[in-house]
Amino acid sequence: MSGKKFSQDHEWIEMDGDIGTVGISDYAQEQLGEIVFVELPEVGATVAAKGQFAVVESVKAASEIYAPAGGEVVEVNGALDDAPETINSGAETTGWIARIRVADPGELDALLDDAAYREFVSGLED
Amino acid sequence: MGPQGSDQQRNRTVSESIPPKSTPLTEFNRSLGGRMVPFAGYEMPLQFDGIMAEHNHTRSQASLFDVSHMGQIRVTGTDAAAAMETLVPGEISALGVGRMRYTQFTNPQGGILDDLMVTRFADHLFVVVNAAVKDADIALMRGALGTDNVDVLEDRALMALQGPAAAAALSSLAPAANELSFMEAAAIDVGGIDCLVSRSGYTGEDGYEISAPSVHAASLAEQLLGHPHVAPAGLGARDSLRLEAGLCLYGHDIDETTTPIEAALAWSIGKRRREEGGFPGAETIQQQLRDGAACKRVGFLPEGRAPAREGAAIENQDGQEIGQITSGGFGPTIGAPVAMGYVDAAFAQLDTAVNLVVREKRLPARVTKMPFVAQRYHKS
Repeated sequence: MSGKKFSQDHEWIEMDGDIGTVGISDYAQEQLGEIVFVELPEVGATVAAKGQFAVVESVKAASEIYAPAGGEVVEVNGALDDAPETINSGAETTGWIARIRVADPGELDALLDDAAYREFVSGLED
Repeated sequence: MGPQGSDQQRNRTVSESIPPKSTPLTEFNRSLGGRMVPFAGYEMPLQFDGIMAEHNHTRSQASLFDVSHMGQIRVTGTDAAAAMETLVPGEISALGVGRMRYTQFTNPQGGILDDLMVTRFADHLFVVVNAAVKDADIALMRGALGTDNVDVLEDRALMALQGPAAAAALSSLAPAANELSFMEAAAIDVGGIDCLVSRSGYTGEDGYEISAPSVHAASLAEQLLGHPHVAPAGLGARDSLRLEAGLCLYGHDIDETTTPIEAALAWSIGKRRREEGGFPGAETIQQQLRDGAACKRVGFLPEGRAPAREGAAIENQDGQEIGQITSGGFGPTIGAPVAMGYVDAAFAQLDTAVNLVVREKRLPARVTKMPFVAQRYHKS
C-alpha cells in the first residue's frame, strides 16, 4: 500500500520501474456502489495526465476515470469485462484497471501519498 | 474520477441553488444511515445498504420507501370527478369508491404536465402527484375546481411498502390491508395510526402506499421495519425497480412534449373518454388513437454489459438517428442493461434491431416488450 500515490479525484497509481498500475481507491468504489460495467482503455492508446481514460458504471451512474499520470497503456485488466464487481471487492488490488508506461515520472510528484490521501478523504466524509 | 453526462450536472445545479426541504421522515432516514441527496427540492435517501442489495431485497422480500416528497391532495366538491375529468383523460366519474386510477394532466397539445394517481373515497378524491411539479399541479387543479376544493395535505407522510412480503408485513399490523386488491384503497388503522392505504406502487411488485399523519410517520416506519422481512430502501433502488417494471419517470420518459399515446399509455384512457374527449389536447390524442402516433416509447435490451443511459441516441441500421433513450441503466433482476426511449413509429415493432450510441460506440440492441421483469400485482 505504501508505494501507491493517489489523486484528489480518487485514482491511484503504483510504479514498478516505468510501468504504473492504475485503479480507483477503495473510498471511490464505496461512493460509487456496485460496479456493473467498466469501459477499459485500448492497449497502445496514449493518455494524458488528468485525461479521461476509462469509465466505471454503477447501477446509478457512469463515472469518468482520469489517468493520474500520462503515458501509453500497455495492459488492461481484462477480468473486469466479465467481473466488474472485482473493483468493489478489491479496488486497490485485484480491481486495478490498466498499466501505463509513464512518460514523465515527475507527474507523480503532484499526487498524494497513502497517508495524505487517507487524511484528504477523512475530510470529505460527513 | 468524475460524473459523466449532463444529467448529473443538471441535478447538481438545481441542488446548489435551492436548499432542500425535509420530509417527516428525513431525520429517521438519516438515523438509519441513509445516504441523503437533494431530489426534487427535498433531502431524500439515495440508498441505505446499497442500490443493488435494496433492489434485490424488494423483489425477494419487502422494502420501505419514503415518498413523502410527493404531493398529497384532497379534492372535494359536488362535481369533483367531472371537474377533474376536464384536466385528465382518465375515467374518474365511473371510478367506484375505494378504487384508484393512473392518469395524466395534459396540456392543449396533448403533452403530459404530470402523471398522477386518483383515488375515490366516499366524500372526496385523493390525488398523489410528483414532487417536482406539484405546485403547478395544485394551481391547475385550483383553477378548474376552485381553491377551496383543493386541499394540499402538508401534514401527511407517504411511504411505499413494496415486495412479495409486503402483504404479510402490513397485515400483521392491519389485517384489513390483506383484503385490498391491486388499485384499491381504504382508510385503515395501522398499528393505532389512521392511514390511507392503497394497494399500488412503483416497483412492479405487490405492495402498498401508505399515507399517514406526519407526527406518526416515524413510529409507523419503525413498526413496519420491525417486521423481519422489511428493510429500508432509497431512491436508487426505486429507480432501477420502476425501470425494470417498464414504468415512466416524469420529466424523463414523459413530459410536456410527449402525449400519452406516444408514451404507450393509451391503456390508461377509457373507452368513454376516448370517444367523448373533454380533456386538454383531446383532439391530438384522439387523432393519434385513430391514426397512430409518429413516435412511440419502447423498451430496449442492449447486447453486452454497457448500460445505455438517458440521452443516448438511437440509430437504425443505416446510421440514421431515429430516437433517444429517456431512461436506462443496469437492471439488477435482469442482470443486464435495460433501457427505454422513443423511436419513429416505423421502428417500434418488437425485435427491431437498432444501435444505441454510448460514448461514440454503437451498442446493438433490440426493441423489447416491457415490463422487462413481470409485474406481480395482487389482482382479485
